[in-house]
Amino acid sequence: MFTPNAARLALILIASLAGAATGSAQTAGDTRLNLGAPLPADQLAGYFAIPPDGRGLPQGSGDAKAGRVVFAEKCAVCHGDKLEGNPQPGFGGDKLVGGRGSLATDKPVKTTESYWPYATTLFDYIKRAMPFNAPGSLTNDEVYAVVAFILAEGHIIGPDDKINAAELPKVKMPNRDGFIPDPRPELSLYK
Amino acid sequence: MRPVSADDAGCPCRDGMFAPRADRRRFLFAAGSAVGAASAALGASVAVAAEKAPPGAQWFDVPDDPTKVQGRPVAADGGYGGRSQFETAVRVRFPTPNENTSWSLTPLAALVGVITPSGLHFERHHGGIPTIDPSRHSLLVHGMVGAAKRFSMDDIKRMPSVTRRHFIECSGNGLTEWKKPTAKTVQGTHGLLSTSEWTGVLFSTFAREVGLKDGATWVLGEGSDAAVMTRSIPLEKMLTDGMIVYGQNGEAIRPEQGYPLRLLLPGYEGNTHIKWLRRLEVSDKPFMTREETSKYTDLMEDGRARMFTLDMEAKSVIVFPSGDMKLPGPGFYNISGFAWSGRGRVQSVDVSTDGGTSWFPARLDTPAEPMCAVRFSFPWSWGGEGAILQSRCMDETGYIQPTRQQLLAIRGDHGPFASVYHLNAIQSWAVAEDGSVANVHA
Repeated sequence: MFTPNAARLALILIASLAGAATGSAQTAGDTRLNLGAPLPADQLAGYFAIPPDGRGLPQGSGDAKAGRVVFAEKCAVCHGDKLEGNPQPGFGGDKLVGGRGSLATDKPVKTTESYWPYATTLFDYIKRAMPFNAPGSLTNDEVYAVVAFILAEGHIIGPDDKINAAELPKVKMPNRDGFIPDPRPELSLYK
Repeated sequence: MRPVSADDAGCPCRDGMFAPRADRRRFLFAAGSAVGAASAALGASVAVAAEKAPPGAQWFDVPDDPTKVQGRPVAADGGYGGRSQFETAVRVRFPTPNENTSWSLTPLAALVGVITPSGLHFERHHGGIPTIDPSRHSLLVHGMVGAAKRFSMDDIKRMPSVTRRHFIECSGNGLTEWKKPTAKTVQGTHGLLSTSEWTGVLFSTFAREVGLKDGATWVLGEGSDAAVMTRSIPLEKMLTDGMIVYGQNGEAIRPEQGYPLRLLLPGYEGNTHIKWLRRLEVSDKPFMTREETSKYTDLMEDGRARMFTLDMEAKSVIVFPSGDMKLPGPGFYNISGFAWSGRGRVQSVDVSTDGGTSWFPARLDTPAEPMCAVRFSFPWSWGGEGAILQSRCMDETGYIQPTRQQLLAIRGDHGPFASVYHLNAIQSWAVAEDGSVANVHA
């Protein structure tokens, strides 16, 4: 004769059998779905994102002299021969130098020289997205050289300084300490 | 960038109440640039077609009496429907010099309800719209994880999904409006806001598949466009409600919105919602990418800049009546608009018709869901006198949408666009005695 406990046990048995049949149960210790394929390191070779400590910077090097040649050929059409930018329709390249000391004035000029806090960002961005008409087409040496040229034109490094994986993270940008965390919500709005 | 507004392009965004129908030929011409001019020959035939039917529609002759002739056969549209040939609202591109890195604005005044039609969702691209075959697309998740993995689109669609309604707003929304009223219409002042129903997989699900290492605090999202767009996202946000989405409003997300995969970060500034998402790298520090340092940072008057200003704060705007419309005469008008907050649900919306001297509660016409816009309305009997219409949003944290003067007092009014991003001030529309409506600072 069925007692209430036996009835409950029977229901549990039926439920677990049904679960096993449809595969709907997960094991107690593992909530993973076991989807996706293993990703060995060699499949990540083409990907990068360079933080300020320079982790992931590739081999290679360049200086402003070499960078001037690359810049004239591949960058100047949008960014100007004197790195002054080109707002013309179809171009719209940013100004890259100048503006130092302008950020607290009524005419702030934001350029790599005056505003960018990290030189590593220059390498990362140029390598990933420039030149605009052929993104990602520069060699690592060319990227280092163009970075050196832009930094030298902005008087951040010397005209003969070499830029490579060791040197780039050491470059201190003029506005390195110009950024603050988000203070919002702004407390004075609660007056 | 010169201080221009969407209206400078001769945009067809003025189909407000009784506004003249936009001159499409003029729009097509004005929207051309050096790149556009190169395709002028092609443009001529496009212009003729566009004259007949607006984008997304097909032109059909209109019978005198539709009850006396057969209509079009079933499935004659090939199996995917378009909109009526009489519906003309379109996105309008902001006239940046370069058409590949530019943005287009949603015609908010033409919307009904709270969901933005996918074809009218605002756009911001930094290297154009890529064409991606989903069978060749995958998402790499690696970095400070137990086991790096590659997920195909098929893998991702096998995973448990969530479907949630959220707005996306570009933090540059309204950047022309800090110093003086510039754009004529609400499409120009607020059109970088859209709301969709998004379907996808929570990041936390991926996190369990790969495992997270102690010390991980940030996640880089990377897109598969020509800009190879990257942003660093706090891991806490990713684990709270970050989504990897493939669905928008009941179908696959549109190419302009990241097909086949985008990051969706409810309430965060639009730029962080990486489109064409191909890679997530878990890290113990932010990467300080170009977009999170030289752009999307907020320069204050003292020369310092705020960084990682990710929340979109509570905001609202009246879309009817709004700029460039004309009221035909005194009488009843159902004032209507949108309110939203990146910090949670909209708690309440107030409306003023006297420039903020007195406020009255509006009705919320749609459910208040977290980080989702609501449609609000307010019954108004206009007596024909001059009026200043405003709305203000309070979210569930108790934050009240500020005035522009309050924000300028904190952030400064330096340069052509002050601090550029994150203008969430109360918007004013002036109704003149003749019924015309204009963008004003009040």
